[in-house]
Amino acid sequence: MLRVLLALMPGIAAYVWFFGAAILVQIALTSVTALAAEVLILSMRGKPVMQYLTDGSALVTAWLIALTFPSIAPWWLTVLGTLLAIVIAKHLYGGLGQNPFNPAMVAFALMIVAYPSLMSQWPAVGAGDFAQHMNAIFGPRQLDAITMATPLDALRTALHTADARATVAGVLGSGASFGNIGGRGWEWIAVAYLAGGLWLMQQRIITWHLPVAFLATLFAVAGLFSLFDPTQFAPPLFHVLTGGAMLGAFFIVTDPVSGATTPKGKLIFAGGVALLTWIIRSFGAYPDGIAFAVLLMNIAAPLIDRYTQPPVFGRKQQERGKP
Amino acid sequence: MISRLFTFKGGVKPDSHKDESAGAPIRKAPLPSRLTIPLRQSTRAMARSVVEPGQRVLKGEVIAAPEGPMCIAVHATSSGTVRAIEAQPVPHPSGLPAPSIIIEPDGEDRWLELKAFDYRSATPQQTRDFLRDCGIVGLGGAGFPSHIKLGPGEKGIETLILNGAECEPWITCDDRLMREHPDGILSGALIMRHITGARRILVGIEDNKPQAIEAMRAAVGRTSEAEIEVVAVPTRYPAGGEKQLIRVLTGIEIPYGKLGTHFGVQCFNVGSAYAVFRAVEHGEPLVSRVLTLSGNMAHPGNFDVLIGTPIRELLPLAEPRADTDRYLMGGPMMGVALQSLDMPVVKGTNCILAGSPVLFPPPPPEMPCIRCGACAQACPAELQPFELYWFSRARIFGKAQEYDLFDCIECGCCSYVCPSRIPLVDYFRFAKGEIWAREKEKAAADTARERYEFRLAREEREKAEKAAKLAAKTAAGREKAAAALAVAQKPAATPEEDAKKALIAAALERARAQKEHVQPENVGNLTPEQQAEVAAIEGRRAEIRDMAKPHLPQED
Repeated sequence: MLRVLLALMPGIAAYVWFFGAAILVQIALTSVTALAAEVLILSMRGKPVMQYLTDGSALVTAWLIALTFPSIAPWWLTVLGTLLAIVIAKHLYGGLGQNPFNPAMVAFALMIVAYPSLMSQWPAVGAGDFAQHMNAIFGPRQLDAITMATPLDALRTALHTADARATVAGVLGSGASFGNIGGRGWEWIAVAYLAGGLWLMQQRIITWHLPVAFLATLFAVAGLFSLFDPTQFAPPLFHVLTGGAMLGAFFIVTDPVSGATTPKGKLIFAGGVALLTWIIRSFGAYPDGIAFAVLLMNIAAPLIDRYTQPPVFGRKQQERGKP
Repeated sequence: MISRLFTFKGGVKPDSHKDESAGAPIRKAPLPSRLTIPLRQSTRAMARSVVEPGQRVLKGEVIAAPEGPMCIAVHATSSGTVRAIEAQPVPHPSGLPAPSIIIEPDGEDRWLELKAFDYRSATPQQTRDFLRDCGIVGLGGAGFPSHIKLGPGEKGIETLILNGAECEPWITCDDRLMREHPDGILSGALIMRHITGARRILVGIEDNKPQAIEAMRAAVGRTSEAEIEVVAVPTRYPAGGEKQLIRVLTGIEIPYGKLGTHFGVQCFNVGSAYAVFRAVEHGEPLVSRVLTLSGNMAHPGNFDVLIGTPIRELLPLAEPRADTDRYLMGGPMMGVALQSLDMPVVKGTNCILAGSPVLFPPPPPEMPCIRCGACAQACPAELQPFELYWFSRARIFGKAQEYDLFDCIECGCCSYVCPSRIPLVDYFRFAKGEIWAREKEKAAADTARERYEFRLAREEREKAEKAAKLAAKTAAGREKAAAALAVAQKPAATPEEDAKKALIAAALERARAQKEHVQPENVGNLTPEQQAEVAAIEGRRAEIRDMAKPHLPQED
């Protein structure tokens, strides 16, 4: 788990570079909350606290919550989200290794349903200083100068609510949210996550199946529809480099506890998450769909595993085992 | 020449620790003060003792005869006196004592007169019987009788594989044997090729044993025989697992429940080949084996040890260090902890490993499984160990079987890589044990039910028989009384009385007829065939009674 935290570092560094140090405050908030909740629940459950606390799983959840929530979200929002993740999504289901749903994604989904506007107030690149960000987090909030819709949100709003003549090319070319390919700033953070994720693969912490299947499916389905109607569907690279796609590919769908585990199952699982993500992004009411997509596929994971058990040694019934 | 090597999935690369003992030439272990030779060879085979306490035996003399096809003869491993035949603790995971013959050596170590066996003019069956009578089993650990493995398969054996991989860390006995007796090993292999009619011989040796490979290749060069190849296989545990080595050398995967012979391939440990050579060329039964003493020892080494030597008497040869806290029989991956040092060396004992808290630190506390899948990547049987773990832990044994629990070869790779330090193999052994116990219980329950039903039926029948007898007796008595009365009253008989008498007689007749009907149905009126069958069964019963007699408690 320590190496997973390490692999998140490049992404966090890029985040700080583009959006300021507020994210570090959020990470500190979620980490302290997660560890405190973990200690409390572990001692209530009569488990050896230090042994479990040092496994780092609570910290991974905490950091993912900080990185998926807006970095200028009010402090109580991230704290509440973290508590929900640790206490309900993790420990009420039996603790480490037993949770059917990805705890960080449970927190995100619950919060975006409960507080949709607070979860949509993201900082603009270079807007506002650290003090203003701290005000946003700890109050009094004055957001106008520092927030901006995320690229996915801006695109969705433009395409679905503005006049019918809006096209993807027009929107992407206009807004201040957009960078060269994806979101301004976000595309580079995505590249940094990619670097950390590749290192995880090289370290054999994760296998290639999940990230590759996720990114390839997202790219393929987005590419297909963008070919079909480029005015209404965003191009594939935009999808891959915006929102939570890259973080999701290497750090969220790769959660082994709540996901599929067989090689074939991993491909199906991650492909399913990517497909649902694209559908929610393109047709749904929420700007990004990774959290819901992951939770939906979590439900299917045991079934996927059940039907994708690889054949065991000597039972491959084709030419290999036969004399 | 084999064109290419195959690979098996999974496997791990633990520190090999071969250097500690690989340089030590094989030394003969001194004669112990007593020899404990177990009679049980497997769950299905136990030899029958043919000696009596007090009897003097020579080295190599048969002390127990094979019973059943899976059994081999058992020999005195040194000359001396039989002291007792009793249950003794033997090295087996169960730790249960097993009947053993205890011999006190006389110090002379005098062989029985030995005679080489001319296998070239014998039939394969005769050679196999000879090997059985020489007590030859696989020396790789499992101890499977060699005469069975050399038996004719469905299609015959095409490839004979010699297993010199020795993939377990620390163990070097096969390495030394190959370095020191390559010609003997090869001769043994050629004898086995002669028996099986195999075309080629492949010797698989892990590439971390260059001297052994060199020695075996030189021995192959010295023979005039063709189609023998010494192959260096990549060092990766468990490359020396029988199925893994067959896979690497031939590409054939042998599933659980199938034997090599089904696929035209058979695999023998190099030590077994050497034992075959000693038996056939020198007439020597298998009375000793080479094993490694290593681990936390001052002078690790390889020793030629008599079967039955108590491990306690062996240890001083390698001088265990003071902080040794436990001993393993076998390597660190698959070995089992020795519960008592009084246990004897058996034919499958390839290593005694001394452990200390420094050398083998106690595992850190177990954490929950997070389904990371590291075990599945390491599993050479290509199982999903974490799924088996969930099912075993939850005691859902049916599911565990569905997920191929019994394909697990207990190599320990999964436990080795588990980041949560879960002793997975322990869970699997537990689950297997539970399943076996349940099956046994079920079988016992079935037998008990059958017996109970049979008893009920028998009691019912006996009751009916008794009732019939009683009825017959009463009817006969009444008849007699009636007859006496009739005789006494005859002169005064009137026609009416006659009619009455006739009525009574008719009633009695009916009663008798009825009673005859109640006779047990399945013993009378047998056809000649049925009678012959009954006689044959009775004969067999008598035979069994005779056979059982010597084992029954003596009555005086």
